[in-house]
Amino acid sequence: MNETTTPTAQSLIASSLSKGDGNIPGVNSGRAAQIVMEARDLSVYYGDFLAVRQATFSIARNEITAFIGPSGCGKSTILRSLNRMNDLIHSARVVGTVLYRGIDLYGPLADPGEVRRRIGMVFQKPNPFPKSIYDNVAFGPRVNEKFTKSELDGVVEDSLRKAALWDEVKDRLKASAFSLSGGQQQRLCIARALAVNPDVLLMDEPCSALDPIATGRIEDLMREIKSEYPIVIVTHNMQQAARVSDMTAFFSVESTGDTNRPTGMLVEYDRTVDMFSHPHDERTLSYVSGRMG
Amino acid sequence: MSFSPSQEAIELLDNLLPSGAQQRRRIYERVVQTVLMCTSFITVIVLFAVAGSLVPPTIDFFQEVSFGEFFGRTEWYPLFEPPAYGIWALMSATFLVMTIAIIVAVPGGLAAAFFLNQYASDRVRRYLKPTLEILAGMPTVVFGFFAVNFVSPNIVQKLWPFGEVDFYNALSAGLVVGIMILPMMTTLAEDAMNSIPKALIEGAYALGPTKREVCTGVIFPSALSGIIASIVISLSRAIGETTIVLLAAGASAKFTLNPAESVQTLASFIGFAGIGDQETDSTGYRTIFAVGTFLFIITFILNIISIRVVRRFREVYE
Amino acid sequence: MSIILDPSVSLTSTVDGKRRRKDMLFLALLWFGILLAVVTLVVLLVDTFLTGRSRLNWEFLSGHTSPFAEDAGVQSAIFGSLWVVLPAGISSLLIAIGTAAYLEEFTKPESKVQAFINLTIQTLAGVPSIVYGILGLAFVARGPLDWGFTVRTASVVLAMMILPVMIVASREAIRAVPSSYREGAFALGCSRWQCVRQQVLPAAVPGIATGSILGVSRALGESAPLIMLGALAYVSSNPTGFGDYYTVLPLSIYKYATEADSEFQYAAAGAIIVLLAMLLVLNFTAIVIRDRSRKSL
Repeated sequence: MNETTTPTAQSLIASSLSKGDGNIPGVNSGRAAQIVMEARDLSVYYGDFLAVRQATFSIARNEITAFIGPSGCGKSTILRSLNRMNDLIHSARVVGTVLYRGIDLYGPLADPGEVRRRIGMVFQKPNPFPKSIYDNVAFGPRVNEKFTKSELDGVVEDSLRKAALWDEVKDRLKASAFSLSGGQQQRLCIARALAVNPDVLLMDEPCSALDPIATGRIEDLMREIKSEYPIVIVTHNMQQAARVSDMTAFFSVESTGDTNRPTGMLVEYDRTVDMFSHPHDERTLSYVSGRMG
Repeated sequence: MSFSPSQEAIELLDNLLPSGAQQRRRIYERVVQTVLMCTSFITVIVLFAVAGSLVPPTIDFFQEVSFGEFFGRTEWYPLFEPPAYGIWALMSATFLVMTIAIIVAVPGGLAAAFFLNQYASDRVRRYLKPTLEILAGMPTVVFGFFAVNFVSPNIVQKLWPFGEVDFYNALSAGLVVGIMILPMMTTLAEDAMNSIPKALIEGAYALGPTKREVCTGVIFPSALSGIIASIVISLSRAIGETTIVLLAAGASAKFTLNPAESVQTLASFIGFAGIGDQETDSTGYRTIFAVGTFLFIITFILNIISIRVVRRFREVYE
Repeated sequence: MSIILDPSVSLTSTVDGKRRRKDMLFLALLWFGILLAVVTLVVLLVDTFLTGRSRLNWEFLSGHTSPFAEDAGVQSAIFGSLWVVLPAGISSLLIAIGTAAYLEEFTKPESKVQAFINLTIQTLAGVPSIVYGILGLAFVARGPLDWGFTVRTASVVLAMMILPVMIVASREAIRAVPSSYREGAFALGCSRWQCVRQQVLPAAVPGIATGSILGVSRALGESAPLIMLGALAYVSSNPTGFGDYYTVLPLSIYKYATEADSEFQYAAAGAIIVLLAMLLVLNFTAIVIRDRSRKSL
């Protein structure tokens, strides 16, 4: 899993570039310069079962990208293939290309650990470690870099501030993370992800376990940090997608002949305003207008 | 889990059945339920029998031998004249064998558990699990024979760097008891690791650490109380093991912590004294029960601790 | 052109030498733990087989246990084991099924009865096996029952000893029966016991069988309590009834292993091979039952 091999960076970057023809939907020339990640014909299999078929999209700076769609459409699966979390599932197999600043995420120059450090993730249910608040945030920096105690304190404070949690916990950093409320725990998980200084933040239905007030705080937080960290958020809540995102990808399911298990697919990918006002695809229209799923 | 038939179903049947049959059916159901209840109380009877077999002779024992003698001395010759009843001779040996066993079983078991939990591919797992199961199902007498016939002459006596080693010694016994416990320790520790929510492990990997850092930094602390419970159960097993110690450590009860010497533990004393046909109405015979009570109390306390710890562990995640 | 090219960006591993060395060391320790178990098992099996191989012949299998190394056999021990273990397994199994059925089907999980019996079972499971020997000595071999050192004494004691294992296995098997089976029976107006007997127990049979074979294996390999109950003896005939004297395989291994004459080591190893073969047959049966029931589901 930790293979690092010899092809030179330049040759690989060049080869991956020659494949790129800029023909990505939703991409206009102004946005192109800001693109951090892009997926081309990205499919994910679980064993022989095709879970999502050939998704193509891109993620740019200063933007929140939302993945929406009915359950089982593979939006979480695609999200998890953007930082190689699918590697942890033995049967999962990724086909297609994911580029991060021109480097193939699944190529020989990418180490899964480093990929995950660069591309952070926040999960559906808050999943703090059974440690203190401080140790939760400090876990990533401790393993990834050498910090002195005071530097580490600084990183922890900084991350907690960015996650808008500092004021609530600064007096009890040594308290167990489990003593926090659900919404606070989720912001702690965001702080934990930010503490390793990622480039992109992936969020997998981060508010599905939270009440509306806590959800509002997380959404505010997302808007505040999106200038620093491009965000991809999976949500089942269309209003949330409409409220916070700049770009939206709509996924749907289709049954492929021989098996009963439905395969997910990316139906449409565009600016959020356009997606919700005049989508091109019939299925998107019926979904966003609430007629389906 | 229990289910009750719906009210309608009962009424429907009541109307259909003649009242005599109805009556008989109710009585039959009652009888069956009572029989089953009595059956399930057999376990309680067994536990009372265990306590009941231990306590009266132990009380008699302490009327003949003072607490001061029992807990205050380090010589143990209950079956000789003049007898000496200093439990510390057996306690020191029990502690010694237990410590050696734990030094083998806990790191070995934890290592195997981490390996199975995070490193092993499905294929390796498929071979490793049955191997551990075979080891777990190995009769203790087989381990005992292995300890005395192989480990003591070929390993302990050859490699012990600090002077002479008795043929029967605490070290061989402890090492093999450790191997005997290792599979159980592995299974319990891995169960504890498995019951950590998957989301937690994913959350850790999402921060980019290596497998080792996830194991030591997240899995270990998260499963800690489960791991502690499995260590406590292992302790209890090591303390109670009789046959291996009896075969490999010999029968000289002495107050020592030297692993190269022949020793006698609480459990192996009971086995040793039980072989000889003691006269039933003698202090020597009652010694078996006194030591048995002591052994029972120690393992009982350890069990309660592990049950408590496991319960707290569950509460954290449920 | 759709990507910013930033030559400073790299996704190669940033795990430095020190971290990597620690990783390697950690993995080496894990392998050490695994190898400790695996190598010991292999050495144990090979050593025992090499030592006992010379005794694997008809004379050994048909001879009775004997204080003379050249006559030493295992027949009376094999039959003694069967006479002791089979009744122990069956009686323990019946009690276990009754207990499991009562706890799972007639009481609620949070009820006091269940909490009480659960604690009892957990406590019994943690009692060292030698203590069951004391119990047998005090109440069965001597004391109120006064059965002496006979087959039935050993059988009763082993039955009590494996009871917790049997109960846990039976409960798990019963719990694994889908609740739709029960609902189906209740919908037809069955009483609770009818439902248990006709639906739940038949469906739980494979699980109970697999689990109880593990319990029987434990009884077959157990030595400690029987040391105190007269099994540590040379017996020159097979038992013919429950009131007979007996020895069992683990105890003849023990007896041979403690003889001063080194000739007996071969007999001990030979008897181990026989015991392991019997355990193998038992466990193979369990695996076959498990696979069968999986296929039929």
